Amino acid sequence: MVLERPWKKWVFFYIPLTVFIIGTLFPFYWMFITAIRPDAELYRSWRAATNTPFWTLAPTLEHFRDLMAKTSFPTWLWNTFFIAVVSTVISLFCGLLAGYALARLKFPMAGTLGTSIFVTYLVPPTLLFIPLADIIRNFRLGNTPWALILTYPTFLIPFCTWLLMGYFKTIPKELEECARIDGATRFGAMVRIIFPIAVPGILSAGIFAFTLSWNEFIYALIFLSSPEQKTVPVGVVSELIRGDIYFWGQLMAGALLGSIPVAVVYSFFVEYYVTGLTGSVKG
Amino acid sequence: MAQVVMKALNKKYDEVHAVKDVNLHIRDKEFMVLVGPSGCGKTTTLRMVAGLEEITAGDIVIGDRVVNDLPPKDRDIAMVFQNYALYPHMTVYDNMAFGLKMRKFPKAEIQKRVQDAADLLGIGELLKRKPRQLSGGQRQRVAVGRAIVRHPQVFLFDEPLSNLDAKLRVQMRVELKRLHDRLETTAIYVTHDQVEAMTLGDRVVVMKDGWIQQVGEPLELYGKPANKFVAGFIGSPAMNFADATVVEEGGGLVVTSPGFRIPVPPARVERLRAYKGQALTLGIRPEDMRIGGDGAHAFDALVDVVEPLGSEILLNITIGQQAMVARVEPTVRAKIHEKIRFNVEPDRLHYFDAKTEAAI
Repeated sequence: MVLERPWKKWVFFYIPLTVFIIGTLFPFYWMFITAIRPDAELYRSWRAATNTPFWTLAPTLEHFRDLMAKTSFPTWLWNTFFIAVVSTVISLFCGLLAGYALARLKFPMAGTLGTSIFVTYLVPPTLLFIPLADIIRNFRLGNTPWALILTYPTFLIPFCTWLLMGYFKTIPKELEECARIDGATRFGAMVRIIFPIAVPGILSAGIFAFTLSWNEFIYALIFLSSPEQKTVPVGVVSELIRGDIYFWGQLMAGALLGSIPVAVVYSFFVEYYVTGLTGSVKG
Repeated sequence: MAQVVMKALNKKYDEVHAVKDVNLHIRDKEFMVLVGPSGCGKTTTLRMVAGLEEITAGDIVIGDRVVNDLPPKDRDIAMVFQNYALYPHMTVYDNMAFGLKMRKFPKAEIQKRVQDAADLLGIGELLKRKPRQLSGGQRQRVAVGRAIVRHPQVFLFDEPLSNLDAKLRVQMRVELKRLHDRLETTAIYVTHDQVEAMTLGDRVVVMKDGWIQQVGEPLELYGKPANKFVAGFIGSPAMNFADATVVEEGGGLVVTSPGFRIPVPPARVERLRAYKGQALTLGIRPEDMRIGGDGAHAFDALVDVVEPLGSEILLNITIGQQAMVARVEPTVRAKIHEKIRFNVEPDRLHYFDAKTEAAI
């Protein structure tokens, strides 16, 4: 390693890193501190002599209790979870097969098809929800979880397909050819050899798809109307902001609880996740 | 055990005609090597035999079955790949047992065959390891082991030694040869390394641009190359070529080139008479140039570079305007810019048509 002047390391490494970490973590800290702050402190004037914006002297769980008891938050949590899991499974299944086909099979227009799948991912949901709303109404799926389970794949499948296609391309095709000579069909080779090797890629596609559906807002806002059908992002916003009154404590408690499952999922699979995105198979 | 026959085999990709009218009869138990520079169609040919590439035209027969439309798994072949293609998520044992499991062999039989193959290859202790815990040579052995447990009719090798370091390559080469003598299974082996081709093959096929240039036993290719390409490809260092003309002198023929004049031996006169006064290419192998001597077959050369290799010395020399390489005894004390007299055995010279490059 080349020796460098210490100040360089501070200027180019430690200081930017610190700024970055603070910038990333401060919103979470603010969310947390607001969630455990009693109402008395929350609605105190900013200029009050006793104002302590960055910490609290009387932490309380009252907002969490209210969130659980006075709102349908547990139901929202379950709805979100159910919708995210089912739409992730559907998207992963389709993405796996499509990604494999695009990466490995030679068929006419394969390149065009791959690109057009990617283009559909670029269509903004704010445009797409108008025709989708029509479809949802025609199938009488409005205000049911299926409205979201069937619309989320419109952006999840292209995403999964592209991520997995990239991952499959990093797996040497000889592995599969060898399996086919060893006695497997193409499908058998895919399931027995390629999928097990692609686990990091599949996991990261799954985690990403799960997060995207967990956090999705627009479709959930439009297709679900009754409070007990809502997902966390929509429920928290629509039920805890009434007119111009913000229930800050409960809002932040809801946001905090809503982000925990995602954080847990990420921290479990973070290593897979990184290899999944960078793609590496060492024979 | 089976023969492999290729009849008028062709492979065309969109733009490229990769394999052109290949006719080849690989006999039962034969070790056939396909050799050629990259892009010559040798790997494509092998992959067509394996069933990994579609055949554009022609037939492939394994045993007495035409296998053109059979999927790879039904051709009863085993293949060893250049990058070993070991399944990274399986242990060595599972890698070797995979083909047998897919064919629903009883467990005891699988165990016995894997153990036998592992003992044969000296990898008995590695069976529980994963491929990433193995060295290159060990991986190569596992890949070979995975092929032999199946007792296939034909082994296909696609440059299996290219990823090994030089020393290991020589060692594995010997092991492969020993293995083939013992198993007596028909083998098709693709390589770009002519030394591997010469040492391993019962017969060798030299390919270029999709065409077969010559098929023959190693020494036949070395001694009687069919054309200039084969002559230059087989042998290391490569054969020297010089532009020359044939002229009649005193009843006999003489090959002349700036720097030397060599009388044509009587046995060759008949064939070369037709080229009288025309340009042709003269080929001299580096090992056929001897130091010293006078007379009709001697000529002077200027030493440009001396490469002492221990067991021999390679001299880069200039004869007239032609740069050539001579392989001489290690005892020769040659210096740069020195003038040395060489002579050649006229019977060991090769002549090629300057236009068609075919041997005369």
